Amino acid sequence: MKTAIIKYNAGNIRSVLFALERLGMQATVTDDPEELLAADKVIFPGVGEASTAMNYLRERKLDQLIRDLKQPVLGICLGMQLLCKHSEENDTDCIGIFDLPVKKFESPVDNLLKIPQIGWNNIAGLHSVIFEHVPENSYMYFVHSYYAALGPETTAIANYVINYSAALQKDNFYAVQFHPEKSADAGQNLIESFLKL
Amino acid sequence: MLTKRIIPCLDIKDGRTVKGVNFENIRDAGDPIELGALYAQQGADELVFLDITATNERRKTLSELVTRIARHVNIPFTVGGGISSVEDVNVLLNAGADKVSVNTAAFRSPQLLNDLSREFGSQCIVLAIDTRFEDGDWFVYLNGGRVKTDTRTEDWAKEAVDRGAGEILLTSMNNDGTKQGFALDITGRLSENLNVPVIASGGAGTMEHFADVFEFAHADAALAASIFHYKEMEIPDLKNYLYHRGIQIRF
Repeated sequence: MKTAIIKYNAGNIRSVLFALERLGMQATVTDDPEELLAADKVIFPGVGEASTAMNYLRERKLDQLIRDLKQPVLGICLGMQLLCKHSEENDTDCIGIFDLPVKKFESPVDNLLKIPQIGWNNIAGLHSVIFEHVPENSYMYFVHSYYAALGPETTAIANYVINYSAALQKDNFYAVQFHPEKSADAGQNLIESFLKL
Repeated sequence: MLTKRIIPCLDIKDGRTVKGVNFENIRDAGDPIELGALYAQQGADELVFLDITATNERRKTLSELVTRIARHVNIPFTVGGGISSVEDVNVLLNAGADKVSVNTAAFRSPQLLNDLSREFGSQCIVLAIDTRFEDGDWFVYLNGGRVKTDTRTEDWAKEAVDRGAGEILLTSMNNDGTKQGFALDITGRLSENLNVPVIASGGAGTMEHFADVFEFAHADAALAASIFHYKEMEIPDLKNYLYHRGIQIRF
């Protein structure tokens, strides 16, 4: 099986590679269209800022390529946000697989809500095949200032003062706001289920 | 709900952990990877590795160690100790660290925090502050607590967050090593006045101390070293205790 990780100007690619390695899997990090189209699975990771990332993807026409992918795709963190319609982060139009807005967390009272959210939060209402071995209310590791709203494609909900999408799925596109590669056994099980699709 | 985090801290010298004895489940308590993986398995929420190596080889040794940790440990970890430039941070993040902590160098040239947060994002920049209470207030100390400054801890923390620090790791020198509990007042003052998470450090002796710093000082995370290394407290027992105290914790 060939797994490709989309290479672009966003961090944490190495963490994803190591997580796959712990599962005994290899992956190629690439921005080559042919390699991406030919892969069995594509992972779209990301830590960074939305507009910088989208500009980079557009310059290389990777935004259109991602829309055209037919194999299972897993977006992680910024990767998930970029698969949505639009991000408030520097007013950025994104790839648009999920017809959802990405908004910034707002603290209802000064300093009550620390932004970014950093740490372990539980996910509920799980209904996607990638959660087959992830129990309801499992804790996952999140680091983010922006969130995708709830919508028909929401497959897991987390709460940080408000409820938001911890995971999304539409057709072959799977996405998670948390970092499964850093979420201990629960995260590892999720990655394994995705790779088995 | 977002949980409170329990963070064991491992001191590293020449690629080996300095403290840590008597672990039954691991072959080599001096190996940071084995010890880190054991803590992760026991339910630690994050790890901090603090490098205290003083040799010229340190940079290379540390980045190799960071990569080995990243390969084996499946929870987030922070690396600190002597980090003083964008290039230092670049090397460590590329090696696989999730976050870095900066201390003295950031105080000496605060612009470093702006540069680091712009380059890598605030979420991976932890500002460590060593603080001591004297003459009626809390002051910043540098160089591992050896050098006193006239700067109030609250002032420096606020400036650091404005410049881009994404978390504050606050160690009270008055409390460190006493096992009499965390410094609740200064931890609370920072938690309530900053919009970034505060990690309390120094003074952990009992499980109640952890509950207190979460409940009364609103710390987002608590760090400890020797009580875990010398097995005076086990992480699963601590988490169980906190859970029964009604504190949000990850199992």
